[in-house]
Amino acid sequence: MREFMDGAEAIVRGAFAAGCNFFAGYPITPATPILLRMLRELPKVNGVGIQGEDEIASIGMCIGAAMTGAKVLTATSGPGMSLYSENIGLAIMGEVPLVIVDVMRQGPATGGATTAAQGDIQFLRWITSGGFPMIVLCPSSLADCFKLTQVAFNLAERFRAPVILATDKEMVGAQQSVDTDTFEKIEIVNRTLAPADAEFVPYQIKKLADTPAFAPIGGPHLTRFTTSMHDERGLLTKKPSNVNKTSRHLAQKLEAHLAELEFAQLDAQPGAQTLIVAYGVTARAMIEAARNARAAGKRVSTLVVQALFPVPEKILCAALTGVARVIVPELNLGQYRLDVERLALALDVRPEVLGVNRVDGELIAPAEIEELIK
Amino acid sequence: METIAWNTVTTYRNLERARLPFCPGCSHALVLDHLNAALVKLQLDPRKTVIVTDIGCVGMSDQFFDVNAFHGLHGRAITYASGIKLANPDLNVIVLIGDGGIGIGGAHLLNAARRNIGVTVLVFNNLNFGMTGGEHSVTTPHGGKTSTTRAGNLERPLDVCATVAVNGAAFVFRGTAFDKDLPDRIAEAIQTPGFALLDIWELCTAYYVPNNLFSRGALLETMQNLGLPAGILQKTDTLELAHTYRAQCASQVGEPTTPPDPIAVKFASALTQPTRIILAGAAGGKVKSTASALAIGAMMSELWATQRDDYPVSVMSGYSVSEVILSRAEIFYTGIEKPDFLAVLTPEGLSQVPRPLRAMDETQTVYVVPELAELIETRARKVVLNLARAPANKKSLAVMAAAAMVRHANLYPLAAFREAISAGQRADIAQENLQAVDASLLIV
Ligand SMILES: Cc1ncc(C[n+]2csc(CCOP(=O)(O)OP(=O)(O)O)c2C)c(N)n1
Ligand SMILES: [Mg+2]
Repeated sequence: MREFMDGAEAIVRGAFAAGCNFFAGYPITPATPILLRMLRELPKVNGVGIQGEDEIASIGMCIGAAMTGAKVLTATSGPGMSLYSENIGLAIMGEVPLVIVDVMRQGPATGGATTAAQGDIQFLRWITSGGFPMIVLCPSSLADCFKLTQVAFNLAERFRAPVILATDKEMVGAQQSVDTDTFEKIEIVNRTLAPADAEFVPYQIKKLADTPAFAPIGGPHLTRFTTSMHDERGLLTKKPSNVNKTSRHLAQKLEAHLAELEFAQLDAQPGAQTLIVAYGVTARAMIEAARNARAAGKRVSTLVVQALFPVPEKILCAALTGVARVIVPELNLGQYRLDVERLALALDVRPEVLGVNRVDGELIAPAEIEELIK
Repeated sequence: METIAWNTVTTYRNLERARLPFCPGCSHALVLDHLNAALVKLQLDPRKTVIVTDIGCVGMSDQFFDVNAFHGLHGRAITYASGIKLANPDLNVIVLIGDGGIGIGGAHLLNAARRNIGVTVLVFNNLNFGMTGGEHSVTTPHGGKTSTTRAGNLERPLDVCATVAVNGAAFVFRGTAFDKDLPDRIAEAIQTPGFALLDIWELCTAYYVPNNLFSRGALLETMQNLGLPAGILQKTDTLELAHTYRAQCASQVGEPTTPPDPIAVKFASALTQPTRIILAGAAGGKVKSTASALAIGAMMSELWATQRDDYPVSVMSGYSVSEVILSRAEIFYTGIEKPDFLAVLTPEGLSQVPRPLRAMDETQTVYVVPELAELIETRARKVVLNLARAPANKKSLAVMAAAAMVRHANLYPLAAFREAISAGQRADIAQENLQAVDASLLIV
């Protein structure tokens, strides 16, 4: 079945496929289409959709709702992500399942509202204070918008953590014909609930890498949620052993499960000396560049990175091994290239890493990438 | 399940944590006792009750109660409380916030009152920031000495009660931590369906009291001097937002979300090569809708299509440029460097397309209105749209240009373009545009 749609529609469909039932957001180009459609559709699933007075209120309402058991989504662009920052920290500390869409536009600050960009990438990785890991996914097709939105919800639920879906004006705003039969409906994961008939301790875990069981506010247990450093009962603590445990837990619950967080698509061509690594809208130009280069008899491999952070190091290192050059096209001044270079440096035979970068608001065309394929 | 005999609760305080961490004489402890008394009076189910605390000394309070607890960021307690109430309207949601939190979260206070969301806000108003060292807050009285207003506060204090009252709060009360009737007033506030606020004036024995030789008597005196009334200041039983939202949405529950909107293939196209088209015009010139019809018509003819629209932030003025790609195979890259067809319809449109004009060659075509024809420098073939032959269709210039492309390049059957217009546009506009499709024969 062919439909004509934009990425906003595919993301909204993905959210409903994942069981989303709460949305709060504040209008901002180019994320507004997601707000409008979520508010229009949520009543149908007996859910709640509301426009907050600002981004801080919007994400705050989402977090409150999440702790009653709701599956929540919010969407914004760079300026709004800046305002989300502190509450994303709260969601990490308090272990809140929360999905956030960042529809990137040109920055910094108000920047270019209707201009495509990928300038938020490293900002999203380090979006809040404290230095804890973040999960950042990035779709590069409509099918990906649909699937990765579900994945984002699954990971948010599985790890009780905020998950960012990083996309851009082009992906969300451009309309494309798409075969929606290829949209993959994945198995939906919901947070593990604390058994109703056993004693409940809000942040109790057996191993540091575990995710604590959840009890909704209004459910069978009294529960306690906090943004502050806490012990397993959710009480404020400064005791070094407690602080150490909570801090290491917040990192390890993701870092001990990296295999569940690696998402990338490698299209390797045997004997290729060139690898292109791209994500989001630039991955689409990469695919076309590789197709043209191969048609012209050149050999080239491509890697579409679907989970930007934690960096899918296993997949990336395997792809980097044995090639002479790596091309990283990005609509920024070379942000993901930093991570690619970091990994390349650790290899026995280090490939050369080249960037193709644009910050003039225009897309990177396939020809600009193709030029560098040898 | 834990069995809490909640209809016989004698205290909601956690008895293992009976000792409160506040300074000697701090009124926060007193207000927590009053809150406990109110909860006992109401015999609320603890599982259906949540205390949402802000930051500051008051922010520690939730830990001393056996109800659900949510401890959030500075100034944002009302936002979490609103989310909790919206998601589960059956809960009793009680916010404990300081005068500091009211200041930094002022926008949330106003909007919660205005929305009439059914939460109860207790303002622990000790006239300064307790936790961070006695700095002045939005409620510090004029002249008040604090660590940031050593020579006396020059700013006027916020009238918290009047602010929420004028914005629609359902219940508003001002008093002091020493008021004997405070448990009853808190209970009344919790029972109010809509937004309820109690502005409870307090003594901060660490800072405001020693800095100003302040006392219990001075609390009431200050209120009077500032002309701020005490007692119940507003009381209505208007419906609360979480409930009105659900009532408004009830009829839609169960409808399918985002149902598929497939485009049926009814025509066939002879197109062999990917074809890139740019329509460059002005806002209000039907550029976007025509581009859509161009793409949908292609899809009806079994082609793949993409469309990107560009316009300044003010959508109803300035340029409007749409790019459409049609192809037999799936399209990955949606940008266009070198269009096969470019329609230049207005000066605003022309200003946006110097790069494609430069890139185009003899195999490609520019459609242009007569008044801009001379201004265009390009190697591409120029086709001047002879508008004088179809004066009635001037408003639908974009449609005429697109129809001309469909025919000249044999992109796909013109009938598909017509059907895309009929299917996707309001009847009267579609009518106007279909006439323009016919008129396109005249102008080129
Ligand atoms: C965003 C942010 N800014 C500043 C602070 C530091 N801070 C902690 S408590 C507080 C003021 C608290 O005053 P109030 O709300 O009146 O509560 P009190 O301590 O008087 O009970 C401030 C500014 C913070 N926690 N977060
Ligand atoms: Mg205070």
